[in-house]
Amino acid sequence: MTLIHLSTVDLSIAALLVLGLAGLSWKLQLGVERQLLIAAMRSIVQLLLLGLVLKTLFTHNAPLPIIALTLFMLGVAGYEVMARQKRRFKGAWGIGIGTLSMFVSSFSITLLALHLVIQVDPWYTPQYLIPLLGMLLGNTMSGMAIALDNLTKSAWQERGTIEARLILGDNWNIAIGEIRREALRSGLIPIINAMAAAGVVSLPGMMTGQILSGSPPLEAAKYQIMILLLIAVGTGLGAIVAVWIGSRRLFDERQRLRLDRLSSP
Amino acid sequence: MSGLELKQFEGPGLLPIDLKIEPGECVSLTGVSGSGKTRLLRAIADLDPHQGDALVAGQSMLGMPAPDWRRQVGLLPAESHWWCDQVGEHFTNPASQLLGDLGLDGDCLEWQVSRISSGERQRLALARLLDRQPTVLLLDEPTANLDPENTAHVEQLILRYAKAHGAAVLWVSHDPLQRKRISQRRLQIVDSRIIAEASA
Repeated sequence: MTLIHLSTVDLSIAALLVLGLAGLSWKLQLGVERQLLIAAMRSIVQLLLLGLVLKTLFTHNAPLPIIALTLFMLGVAGYEVMARQKRRFKGAWGIGIGTLSMFVSSFSITLLALHLVIQVDPWYTPQYLIPLLGMLLGNTMSGMAIALDNLTKSAWQERGTIEARLILGDNWNIAIGEIRREALRSGLIPIINAMAAAGVVSLPGMMTGQILSGSPPLEAAKYQIMILLLIAVGTGLGAIVAVWIGSRRLFDERQRLRLDRLSSP
Repeated sequence: MSGLELKQFEGPGLLPIDLKIEPGECVSLTGVSGSGKTRLLRAIADLDPHQGDALVAGQSMLGMPAPDWRRQVGLLPAESHWWCDQVGEHFTNPASQLLGDLGLDGDCLEWQVSRISSGERQRLALARLLDRQPTVLLLDEPTANLDPENTAHVEQLILRYAKAHGAAVLWVSHDPLQRKRISQRRLQIVDSRIIAEASA
């Protein structure tokens, strides 16, 4: 099977359809046509740029630019986790918690997969490293953002209950325990649902891509299984790290609940 | 001997104070709303950042972990919060004697928190606090939602507890008659300063 190349005309047809949707949004007074077009433009530019960058990286195969790209991806993911919070941690903690937990989960899982499972040599071979890392970052990001958002939102709403427990002599860990468990559960539910629906309701993007580019379906399925399992582990690890650091940060050294460390929405 | 001592203690928005409450002594505190009574009690319970030191039985709050401090310094906030479904799950020991003294049924421990009235809530919150046997009581209007009969129950119980356990009591109250009934000393907050209340 050979790869069918997409021409500019092919892409223009898809772009025209998006323009049509924007027109419809204008006609129906949805007010999202501007956002829609900007987002579409962004995805076109970003993906073409990524294609160019990857092309260069693949040909040179030098470790430093590849590592620089992974760090850039990590920074953007950390920023995205922060941007989705209604009440963020003030200062460097806002972006730091997301970035650190993404680093712990996605980076370690990607390296593990490259080293032990796929056994790529050298480990920074961009053809494997970048897509794997991208998929892990992109998918664990939302779980982490949901978990953190739930943590800060519940702490804000249930301030009285948390302080009632502190007043009666419970330590911070017990006082926020139930809220923390609830936040972690909420962060893990999307990936649990995704795994349960995989292949029955949804055809995952990576598998689709591999099949379209001519891989045997069973090989594509195996890769997809590995990715889904890794994403689940990454999301769980990352959410645990993020929620643990976040919940600790909500209390000071005298175990007082410090909601003033969160910004207002 | 227990007792509460504040040394150059500076609650949020208040000037530094020195105050000593002897074991078994009850001191009342009043002041217009927003004057900082609740903030002072919260700071003594170490729930808010503050300056200066507080001691119970000669032991500084800075010398012990915050949960240990809060177990000794029992704060009763104006509004109570509950985290389990059933009332009894918030108690550490069965406290039937305590509940009877507050005019509550013995089976109230099996009640659902969501179904109790505000007056019952207030008395149960007090029972929940005394159940843990603190050596200092910081009470923020403990009888605000109660009828005269239950107010009398609560006043008697607190004074009896203070006597029996040698507990120092700081009692915020808006009712001048109540302040006279319960306290040996009466204080008020005026312009961020804590001074003796002028006798009426």
